[in-house]
Amino acid sequence: MKTILAIMLSAMITDNFIVSKFMGICPFLGVSKKLGSATGMGIAVTFVMICATCVTYPIYHGLLVPNHIEYFKTVVFILVIALFVQLVENFLKKCVPALYKSLGVYLPLITTNCAVLGVTVLNIDNNYTFVQSLVNALFGGIGFALMLIIFSGVRKKLEYADIPETFKGVPATLIAASIVSVSFMGFSGLMS
Amino acid sequence: MSDKKNSLFGELTKGIIKENPTLVMLLGMCPTLAVTTQAMNGIGMGLATTFVLLGSNIVISALRKVIPDKVRIPAFIVIIASFVTLIGFLLEGFVPSLYDSLGIYLTLITVNCIIFGRAEMFASKNNVIASSFDAIGMGIGFTLALFLMGSIREIIGAGQWMGMDIPVMHSNPMLLFIMPAGGFFTLGCIIAAVNKLKNKKPPQEITCGGCGGCPMAEKCGTKEADK
Repeated sequence: MKTILAIMLSAMITDNFIVSKFMGICPFLGVSKKLGSATGMGIAVTFVMICATCVTYPIYHGLLVPNHIEYFKTVVFILVIALFVQLVENFLKKCVPALYKSLGVYLPLITTNCAVLGVTVLNIDNNYTFVQSLVNALFGGIGFALMLIIFSGVRKKLEYADIPETFKGVPATLIAASIVSVSFMGFSGLMS
Repeated sequence: MSDKKNSLFGELTKGIIKENPTLVMLLGMCPTLAVTTQAMNGIGMGLATTFVLLGSNIVISALRKVIPDKVRIPAFIVIIASFVTLIGFLLEGFVPSLYDSLGIYLTLITVNCIIFGRAEMFASKNNVIASSFDAIGMGIGFTLALFLMGSIREIIGAGQWMGMDIPVMHSNPMLLFIMPAGGFFTLGCIIAAVNKLKNKKPPQEITCGGCGGCPMAEKCGTKEADK
Protein backbone atom coordinates (compact mmCIF):
# COMPACT_ATOMS: atom_id res chain seq x y z
CA MET A 1 0.00 0.00 0.00
CA LYS A 2 2.82 2.34 0.88
CA THR A 3 4.49 1.85 -2.48
CA ILE A 4 1.19 2.47 -4.24
CA LEU A 5 0.85 5.76 -2.42
CA ALA A 6 4.43 6.65 -3.29
CA ILE A 7 3.83 5.87 -6.97
CA MET A 8 0.65 7.93 -6.90
CA LEU A 9 2.30 10.99 -5.48
CA SER A 10 5.41 10.80 -7.56
CA ALA A 11 3.54 10.18 -10.81
CA MET A 12 1.13 13.01 -10.16
CA ILE A 13 3.23 15.71 -8.56
CA THR A 14 6.92 15.26 -7.87
CA ASP A 15 7.80 13.43 -11.07
CA ASN A 16 5.11 15.13 -13.10
CA PHE A 17 5.36 14.12 -16.76
CA ILE A 18 5.54 17.65 -18.04
CA VAL A 19 7.51 19.70 -15.57
CA SER A 20 9.98 17.12 -14.41
CA LYS A 21 10.19 14.36 -17.02
CA PHE A 22 9.69 16.61 -20.03
CA MET A 23 7.38 14.23 -21.81
CA GLY A 24 4.51 15.59 -23.83
CA ILE A 25 5.89 19.10 -24.13
CA CYS A 26 4.39 19.53 -27.58
CA PRO A 27 0.73 19.11 -26.55
CA PHE A 28 1.55 21.07 -23.41
CA LEU A 29 2.56 24.07 -25.49
CA GLY A 30 0.03 23.36 -28.22
CA VAL A 31 -3.31 22.87 -26.54
CA SER A 32 -2.91 24.69 -23.24
CA LYS A 33 -4.27 27.91 -24.66
CA LYS A 34 -7.88 27.36 -23.68
CA LEU A 35 -9.25 25.70 -20.57
CA GLY A 36 -11.69 23.59 -22.58
CA SER A 37 -9.18 22.06 -24.92
CA ALA A 38 -6.66 21.62 -22.09
CA THR A 39 -9.20 19.61 -20.11
CA GLY A 40 -10.18 17.56 -23.15
CA MET A 41 -6.60 16.74 -24.03
CA GLY A 42 -5.80 15.90 -20.40
CA ILE A 43 -8.70 13.46 -20.12
CA ALA A 44 -7.95 11.89 -23.50
CA VAL A 45 -4.29 11.38 -22.58
CA THR A 46 -5.18 9.86 -19.20
CA PHE A 47 -7.64 7.52 -20.87
CA VAL A 48 -5.18 6.39 -23.53
CA MET A 49 -2.39 5.99 -20.97
CA ILE A 50 -4.46 3.61 -18.87
CA CYS A 51 -5.66 1.64 -21.88
CA ALA A 52 -2.17 1.47 -23.37
CA THR A 53 -0.82 0.16 -20.06
CA CYS A 54 -3.61 -2.44 -19.92
CA VAL A 55 -2.63 -3.65 -23.38
CA THR A 56 1.15 -3.38 -23.40
CA TYR A 57 1.78 -4.90 -19.96
CA PRO A 58 0.24 -8.33 -20.82
CA ILE A 59 1.90 -8.25 -24.24
CA TYR A 60 5.32 -7.61 -22.72
CA HIS A 61 5.08 -10.20 -19.96
CA GLY A 62 3.03 -12.74 -21.87
CA LEU A 63 4.54 -12.53 -25.32
CA LEU A 64 7.91 -10.82 -25.38
CA VAL A 65 9.50 -12.14 -22.17
CA PRO A 66 8.73 -15.86 -22.74
CA ASN A 67 10.13 -15.61 -26.26
CA HIS A 68 13.20 -13.63 -25.15
CA ILE A 69 12.51 -10.78 -27.54
CA GLU A 70 12.25 -7.99 -24.96
CA TYR A 71 14.22 -5.73 -27.27
CA PHE A 72 11.25 -5.56 -29.61
CA LYS A 73 9.33 -3.57 -27.04
CA THR A 74 9.78 -0.17 -28.72
CA VAL A 75 8.47 -1.42 -32.06
CA VAL A 76 5.65 -3.44 -30.54
CA PHE A 77 4.55 -0.78 -28.06
CA ILE A 78 4.36 2.07 -30.52
CA LEU A 79 2.45 -0.08 -32.99
CA VAL A 80 0.06 -1.24 -30.31
CA ILE A 81 -0.51 2.33 -29.18
CA ALA A 82 -1.10 3.53 -32.75
CA LEU A 83 -3.52 0.69 -33.48
CA PHE A 84 -5.21 1.10 -30.15
CA VAL A 85 -5.79 4.81 -30.56
CA GLN A 86 -7.34 4.13 -33.95
CA LEU A 87 -9.53 1.43 -32.43
CA VAL A 88 -10.72 3.64 -29.58
CA GLU A 89 -11.47 6.41 -32.01
CA ASN A 90 -13.60 4.19 -34.22
CA PHE A 91 -15.32 2.62 -31.22
CA LEU A 92 -16.21 5.99 -29.72
CA LYS A 93 -17.39 7.28 -33.07
CA LYS A 94 -19.82 4.38 -33.48
CA CYS A 95 -20.93 3.72 -29.92
CA VAL A 96 -20.49 6.82 -27.77
CA PRO A 97 -20.83 9.75 -30.15
CA ALA A 98 -21.20 12.24 -27.31
CA LEU A 99 -17.82 11.31 -25.87
CA TYR A 100 -16.31 11.19 -29.33
CA LYS A 101 -17.48 14.71 -29.98
CA SER A 102 -15.63 16.04 -26.97
CA LEU A 103 -12.49 13.86 -27.08
CA GLY A 104 -12.36 12.78 -30.71
CA VAL A 105 -10.19 15.54 -32.06
CA TYR A 106 -7.47 14.88 -29.52
CA LEU A 107 -7.21 11.14 -30.03
CA PRO A 108 -5.22 11.03 -33.30
CA LEU A 109 -2.74 13.50 -31.86
CA ILE A 110 -1.97 11.24 -28.93
CA THR A 111 -0.23 8.51 -30.93
CA THR A 112 2.87 10.64 -31.18
CA ASN A 113 2.67 11.96 -27.63
CA CYS A 114 5.82 10.82 -25.90
CA ALA A 115 4.10 10.69 -22.51
CA VAL A 116 2.02 7.69 -23.62
CA LEU A 117 4.93 5.65 -24.96
CA GLY A 118 6.93 6.94 -22.01
CA VAL A 119 4.55 5.65 -19.37
CA THR A 120 4.37 2.16 -20.89
CA VAL A 121 8.15 1.90 -21.14
CA LEU A 122 8.66 3.34 -17.63
CA ASN A 123 6.27 0.72 -16.20
CA ILE A 124 8.45 -2.00 -17.68
CA ASP A 125 11.76 -0.35 -16.75
CA ASN A 126 10.70 0.14 -13.13
CA ASN A 127 9.54 -3.48 -12.81
CA TYR A 128 6.10 -2.43 -11.66
CA THR A 129 3.40 -5.02 -11.10
CA PHE A 130 0.23 -4.75 -13.13
CA VAL A 131 -1.62 -2.85 -10.40
CA GLN A 132 1.32 -0.51 -9.82
CA SER A 133 1.52 0.12 -13.57
CA LEU A 134 -2.13 1.02 -13.70
CA VAL A 135 -1.76 3.38 -10.75
CA ASN A 136 1.28 4.97 -12.37
CA ALA A 137 -0.60 5.45 -15.65
CA LEU A 138 -3.74 6.82 -14.00
CA PHE A 139 -1.97 9.31 -11.78
CA GLY A 140 0.60 10.20 -14.40
CA GLY A 141 -2.31 11.07 -16.65
CA ILE A 142 -4.02 13.06 -13.91
CA GLY A 143 -0.78 14.94 -13.28
CA PHE A 144 -0.55 15.68 -16.99
CA ALA A 145 -4.11 16.95 -17.10
CA LEU A 146 -3.55 19.00 -13.95
CA MET A 147 -0.54 20.67 -15.48
CA LEU A 148 -2.37 21.48 -18.72
CA ILE A 149 -5.27 22.99 -16.79
CA ILE A 150 -3.05 25.04 -14.48
CA PHE A 151 -1.03 26.26 -17.40
CA SER A 152 -4.08 27.25 -19.43
CA GLY A 153 -4.81 29.74 -16.66
CA VAL A 154 -1.27 31.09 -16.80
CA ARG A 155 -1.49 31.44 -20.58
CA LYS A 156 -4.70 33.42 -20.24
CA LYS A 157 -2.93 35.99 -18.07
CA LEU A 158 0.03 35.96 -20.42
CA GLU A 159 -2.17 37.10 -23.28
CA TYR A 160 -2.77 40.44 -21.62
CA ALA A 161 0.77 40.93 -20.42
CA ASP A 162 3.04 43.49 -21.97
CA ILE A 163 5.91 41.40 -23.29
CA PRO A 164 8.98 42.60 -25.22
CA GLU A 165 8.60 42.02 -28.95
CA THR A 166 11.26 39.29 -29.23
CA PHE A 167 9.83 37.30 -26.36
CA LYS A 168 6.29 37.26 -27.69
CA GLY A 169 4.81 33.85 -28.41
CA VAL A 170 6.78 30.72 -27.70
CA PRO A 171 9.68 32.22 -25.66
CA ALA A 172 7.32 33.87 -23.18
CA THR A 173 5.33 30.64 -22.89
CA LEU A 174 8.48 28.66 -22.17
CA ILE A 175 9.63 31.09 -19.50
CA ALA A 176 6.20 30.98 -17.89
CA ALA A 177 6.48 27.19 -17.95
CA SER A 178 9.81 27.48 -16.20
CA ILE A 179 8.26 29.49 -13.38
CA VAL A 180 5.42 26.96 -13.02
CA SER A 181 8.07 24.25 -12.93
CA VAL A 182 9.86 26.04 -10.08
CA SER A 183 6.64 26.05 -8.09
CA PHE A 184 6.28 22.30 -8.63
CA MET A 185 9.80 21.83 -7.27
CA GLY A 186 8.39 22.89 -3.94
CA PHE A 187 6.56 19.56 -3.74
CA SER A 188 9.76 17.54 -3.93
CA GLY A 189 9.92 17.41 -0.14
CA LEU A 190 6.73 15.32 -0.14
CA MET A 191 8.57 12.21 -1.19
CA SER A 192 11.33 12.09 1.41
CA MET B 1 25.08 19.57 -62.92
CA SER B 2 26.16 22.49 -60.81
CA ASP B 3 22.50 23.23 -60.22
CA LYS B 4 21.98 19.78 -58.85
CA LYS B 5 25.01 20.11 -56.62
CA ASN B 6 23.75 23.44 -55.37
CA SER B 7 20.38 22.04 -54.47
CA LEU B 8 21.93 19.13 -52.60
CA PHE B 9 24.13 21.58 -50.72
CA GLY B 10 20.97 23.56 -50.00
CA GLU B 11 19.27 20.46 -48.58
CA LEU B 12 22.27 19.99 -46.34
CA THR B 13 22.54 23.53 -45.03
CA LYS B 14 18.88 24.48 -44.68
CA GLY B 15 18.50 22.26 -41.64
CA ILE B 16 21.43 23.83 -39.86
CA ILE B 17 20.29 27.44 -39.76
CA LYS B 18 17.33 28.50 -41.85
CA GLU B 19 15.05 25.62 -40.94
CA ASN B 20 16.75 24.50 -37.75
CA PRO B 21 14.35 21.85 -36.46
CA THR B 22 14.45 22.85 -32.80
CA LEU B 23 15.06 26.56 -32.68
CA VAL B 24 13.13 27.70 -35.75
CA MET B 25 10.57 24.99 -36.46
CA LEU B 26 10.12 24.12 -32.76
CA LEU B 27 10.04 20.37 -33.27
CA GLY B 28 11.32 17.74 -30.88
CA MET B 29 11.10 19.87 -27.75
CA CYS B 30 10.98 16.97 -25.31
CA PRO B 31 14.52 15.63 -25.85
CA THR B 32 15.78 19.20 -26.24
CA LEU B 33 14.67 19.99 -22.71
CA ALA B 34 15.21 16.63 -21.08
CA VAL B 35 18.73 15.50 -21.89
CA THR B 36 20.56 18.81 -22.12
CA THR B 37 21.79 19.01 -18.54
CA GLN B 38 25.26 18.36 -19.96
CA ALA B 39 26.77 19.37 -23.29
CA MET B 40 28.01 15.82 -23.83
CA ASN B 41 24.53 14.32 -23.44
CA GLY B 42 23.23 16.88 -25.90
CA ILE B 43 25.77 15.76 -28.50
CA GLY B 44 25.03 12.10 -27.82
CA MET B 45 21.31 12.60 -28.16
CA GLY B 46 21.79 14.69 -31.28
CA LEU B 47 23.98 12.07 -32.95
CA ALA B 48 21.65 9.22 -31.98
CA THR B 49 18.72 11.15 -33.46
CA THR B 50 20.76 11.93 -36.58
CA PHE B 51 21.47 8.24 -37.03
CA VAL B 52 17.81 7.32 -36.74
CA LEU B 53 16.83 10.21 -39.00
CA LEU B 54 19.35 9.21 -41.65
CA GLY B 55 18.37 5.55 -41.54
CA SER B 56 14.65 6.14 -41.61
CA ASN B 57 14.89 8.83 -44.31
CA ILE B 58 16.92 6.53 -46.57
CA VAL B 59 14.65 3.52 -46.09
CA ILE B 60 11.45 5.53 -46.40
CA SER B 61 12.54 7.35 -49.53
CA ALA B 62 13.71 4.06 -51.05
CA LEU B 63 10.36 2.47 -50.31
CA ARG B 64 8.23 5.52 -51.03
CA LYS B 65 6.71 4.00 -54.17
CA VAL B 66 6.11 0.61 -52.52
CA ILE B 67 4.33 1.76 -49.35
CA PRO B 68 0.61 2.33 -50.03
CA ASP B 69 -0.57 5.76 -49.01
CA LYS B 70 -3.18 4.46 -46.58
CA VAL B 71 -0.81 2.52 -44.35
CA ARG B 72 2.15 4.85 -44.62
CA ILE B 73 1.97 6.12 -41.06
CA PRO B 74 2.16 2.68 -39.38
CA ALA B 75 4.85 1.74 -41.90
CA PHE B 76 6.89 4.85 -41.05
CA ILE B 77 6.47 4.17 -37.34
CA VAL B 78 7.76 0.62 -37.69
CA ILE B 79 10.77 1.74 -39.72
CA ILE B 80 11.61 4.48 -37.23
CA ALA B 81 11.14 2.23 -34.20
CA SER B 82 13.42 -0.40 -35.75
CA PHE B 83 16.22 2.12 -36.14
CA VAL B 84 15.67 3.30 -32.57
CA THR B 85 16.05 -0.29 -31.34
CA LEU B 86 19.21 -0.59 -33.42
CA ILE B 87 20.81 2.56 -32.02
CA GLY B 88 19.81 1.39 -28.54
CA PHE B 89 21.80 -1.80 -29.06
CA LEU B 90 24.78 0.04 -30.51
CA LEU B 91 24.96 2.53 -27.65
CA GLU B 92 24.44 -0.15 -25.01
CA GLY B 93 27.30 -2.15 -26.50
CA PHE B 94 29.81 0.58 -27.29
CA VAL B 95 28.97 3.65 -25.16
CA PRO B 96 27.21 2.25 -22.08
CA SER B 97 27.69 5.47 -20.08
CA LEU B 98 25.80 7.50 -22.68
CA TYR B 99 23.16 4.76 -22.86
CA ASP B 100 22.60 5.10 -19.13
CA SER B 101 22.44 8.86 -19.09
CA LEU B 102 20.00 9.07 -22.02
CA GLY B 103 17.83 6.36 -20.46
CA ILE B 104 14.23 6.36 -21.55
CA TYR B 105 14.69 9.32 -23.86
CA LEU B 106 16.55 7.03 -26.23
CA THR B 107 13.39 4.98 -26.66
CA LEU B 108 11.40 8.14 -27.06
CA ILE B 109 13.33 9.11 -30.20
CA THR B 110 10.63 6.99 -31.83
CA VAL B 111 8.03 9.66 -31.19
CA ASN B 112 10.30 12.62 -31.92
CA CYS B 113 8.34 14.83 -34.30
CA ILE B 114 11.49 15.81 -36.20
CA ILE B 115 11.92 12.31 -37.55
CA PHE B 116 8.28 11.75 -38.34
CA GLY B 117 7.98 15.22 -39.81
CA ARG B 118 10.97 14.75 -42.13
CA ALA B 119 9.69 11.33 -43.19
CA GLU B 120 6.32 12.77 -44.06
CA MET B 121 7.42 16.10 -45.51
CA PHE B 122 10.60 15.16 -47.30
CA ALA B 123 11.59 11.50 -47.51
CA SER B 124 8.23 10.34 -48.84
CA LYS B 125 8.47 12.81 -51.73
CA ASN B 126 12.16 12.87 -52.64
CA ASN B 127 14.85 10.45 -53.80
CA VAL B 128 17.33 8.66 -51.59
CA ILE B 129 20.26 11.03 -52.11
CA ALA B 130 18.32 14.22 -51.43
CA SER B 131 16.66 12.58 -48.41
CA SER B 132 19.93 11.52 -46.89
CA PHE B 133 21.38 15.03 -47.33
CA ASP B 134 18.24 16.44 -45.75
CA ALA B 135 18.58 14.03 -42.83
CA ILE B 136 22.23 14.88 -42.25
CA GLY B 137 21.51 18.61 -42.36
CA MET B 138 18.56 18.37 -39.99
CA GLY B 139 20.54 16.07 -37.72
CA ILE B 140 23.44 18.50 -37.53
CA GLY B 141 21.05 21.36 -36.84
CA PHE B 142 19.40 19.40 -34.04
CA THR B 143 22.77 18.33 -32.59
CA LEU B 144 24.05 21.92 -32.62
CA ALA B 145 20.91 23.17 -30.90
CA LEU B 146 21.22 20.50 -28.22
CA PHE B 147 24.91 21.23 -27.82
CA LEU B 148 24.18 24.93 -27.36
CA MET B 149 21.45 24.21 -24.80
CA GLY B 150 23.64 21.70 -23.01
CA SER B 151 26.63 24.02 -22.91
CA ILE B 152 24.67 26.93 -21.47
CA ARG B 153 22.99 24.78 -18.85
CA GLU B 154 26.15 22.95 -17.88
CA ILE B 155 28.31 26.09 -17.64
CA ILE B 156 25.80 28.09 -15.60
CA GLY B 157 24.21 25.24 -13.69
CA ALA B 158 27.20 23.08 -12.84
CA GLY B 159 30.19 25.34 -13.51
CA GLN B 160 31.63 22.76 -15.87
CA TRP B 161 31.90 22.30 -19.60
CA MET B 162 32.51 18.91 -21.18
CA GLY B 163 33.90 17.77 -17.85
CA MET B 164 36.26 20.74 -17.41
CA ASP B 165 35.82 23.14 -14.51
CA ILE B 166 35.05 26.73 -15.42
CA PRO B 167 37.06 28.97 -13.00
CA VAL B 168 34.55 31.43 -11.54
CA MET B 169 31.34 29.55 -12.25
CA HIS B 170 32.52 26.38 -10.58
CA SER B 171 32.49 27.77 -7.06
CA ASN B 172 28.98 29.22 -7.32
CA PRO B 173 26.91 27.23 -9.79
CA MET B 174 23.28 28.21 -10.27
CA LEU B 175 21.76 24.81 -9.66
CA LEU B 176 18.43 25.94 -11.05
CA PHE B 177 19.80 25.72 -14.58
CA ILE B 178 20.32 22.00 -14.52
CA MET B 179 16.89 21.50 -13.02
CA PRO B 180 13.81 21.19 -15.26
CA ALA B 181 12.87 24.83 -14.72
CA GLY B 182 16.22 25.93 -16.10
CA GLY B 183 15.60 23.91 -19.24
CA PHE B 184 12.40 25.80 -20.04
CA PHE B 185 14.08 29.10 -19.23
CA THR B 186 17.18 28.48 -21.36
CA LEU B 187 15.16 27.30 -24.34
CA GLY B 188 12.86 30.30 -24.05
CA CYS B 189 15.83 32.68 -24.05
CA ILE B 190 17.54 30.93 -26.97
CA ILE B 191 14.40 31.02 -29.10
CA ALA B 192 13.94 34.69 -28.24
CA ALA B 193 17.55 35.33 -29.31
CA VAL B 194 16.97 33.47 -32.56
CA ASN B 195 13.86 35.58 -33.17
CA LYS B 196 15.88 38.72 -32.56
CA LEU B 197 18.59 37.56 -34.97
CA LYS B 198 16.07 36.71 -37.62
CA ASN B 199 14.65 40.17 -36.99
CA LYS B 200 11.30 38.98 -38.12
CA LYS B 201 7.93 38.40 -36.60
CA PRO B 202 8.02 35.81 -33.80
CA PRO B 203 7.09 32.32 -34.94
CA GLN B 204 3.44 31.44 -35.08
CA GLU B 205 1.91 30.18 -31.90
CA ILE B 206 1.68 26.44 -31.88
CA THR B 207 -1.98 25.67 -32.14
CA CYS B 208 -2.60 22.27 -33.57
CA GLY B 209 -1.04 19.72 -31.24
CA GLY B 210 -0.92 17.24 -34.11
CA CYS B 211 2.03 14.96 -34.54
CA GLY B 212 2.55 15.47 -30.85
CA GLY B 213 1.77 19.13 -31.23
CA CYS B 214 4.33 19.96 -33.88
CA PRO B 215 3.55 23.16 -35.70
CA MET B 216 4.28 21.60 -39.07
CA ALA B 217 1.70 18.86 -38.75
CA GLU B 218 -0.73 20.66 -40.98
CA LYS B 219 1.83 20.95 -43.74
CA CYS B 220 3.09 17.44 -43.26
CA GLY B 221 -0.38 16.05 -43.79
CA THR B 222 -0.55 13.82 -40.74
CA LYS B 223 -3.82 15.33 -39.71
CA GLU B 224 -5.56 14.53 -42.95
CA ALA B 225 -4.18 11.03 -42.85
CA ASP B 226 -5.44 10.46 -39.36
CA LYS B 227 -8.93 11.66 -40.08
